[in-house]
Amino acid sequence: MGREVSESCVDSLLTEMVSSYCDRFYANKPELAARRIEAIGFQVGHQLSERYTMERPRFSDNLEAIKFICKDFWSELFKKQIDNLKTNHKGTFVLQDNRFRWLARMSIDPSSEDGDLSQDNSAPVTENKAAQATSMHLYFPCGIIRGALSNLGIPCAVSADISSLPACSFVVRIKA
Amino acid sequence: MAPLAPRSGDAIFASVERVNAELFTLTYGAIVRQLLTDLEEVEEVNKQLDQMGYNIGIRLVDEFLAKSNVSRCTDFKETAEVIAKVGFKMFLGVTASVSNWDADGTCCSIILEDNPLVDFVELPDTCQGLYYCNVLSGVIRGALEMVSMKTEVTWVRDMLRGDDAFELQVKLLKQVPEEYPYKDDE
Repeated sequence: MGREVSESCVDSLLTEMVSSYCDRFYANKPELAARRIEAIGFQVGHQLSERYTMERPRFSDNLEAIKFICKDFWSELFKKQIDNLKTNHKGTFVLQDNRFRWLARMSIDPSSEDGDLSQDNSAPVTENKAAQATSMHLYFPCGIIRGALSNLGIPCAVSADISSLPACSFVVRIKA
Repeated sequence: MAPLAPRSGDAIFASVERVNAELFTLTYGAIVRQLLTDLEEVEEVNKQLDQMGYNIGIRLVDEFLAKSNVSRCTDFKETAEVIAKVGFKMFLGVTASVSNWDADGTCCSIILEDNPLVDFVELPDTCQGLYYCNVLSGVIRGALEMVSMKTEVTWVRDMLRGDDAFELQVKLLKQVPEEYPYKDDE
């Protein structure tokens, strides 16, 4: 068992990181804040997947790498695996976590029209502050997944969908 | 009689939800790196890390009081011991020590020999003025302010700058008396 810290260290650091970027550094530019938060996640995912794959043979194909993210990688971070993996066999994978830990303590107004956000900065401009705050929190895990896969040689785009709360789905689109 | 303050945070740390420290360490590192890119000035990064810590500290103190079961500290000396032995252990899983008290008991050093924030970290020459762990000083300042103590927290030693330990000087500036919205005789 490696070194551990209390979960509230991570929770409060993430909360503060998101609010620093959204409310202080880029208060009027949510798309820039989102890009920075995603970049921080990317960096973390990239380094973590480097560490977690050190003693593994290369993955034979994309599906193997995605399965690694769903099982081992997710377990290291959240002590549970992804609950459901779907694919269209054309490079799109949907990873569903039925109770995503980083959303578990967040209250979200269910009336927010569309929980979809994508990392290429086309997030819908929503009037709902709570929904916007939540989507800001999702750029970080999206970045982590994109960083982890990028380190495994798989360039992709990752977005999150929270339309079926408390489940959260991450949609990975592998670039051809 | 009020329960005795725990002497160490071991039992509390064992009972809280814990996560892999790598995630925490690498996330903090990535944040510092992104701040250096976005804010450019090292001084400004120091300031923002301290601010982030302060904001974390003013929230974290509630969790600390709720879970640690410590009773009111009789003086600043006891407060410093509780931060070092219980606070650091409960959140970061490491124990700090307290020393270098001044004569009137309002200024001391909290010394940390093991610090999960800096695992894997080496500072490049371009970051010489950076107080990498500045979030920690902010957390202490913020948390103490919530329990009516105005403090000034500064770095004395920093292992990333070649020192043999991390040393934070905590100076009590003033103790703000708690104000109640009512009078005793009402």
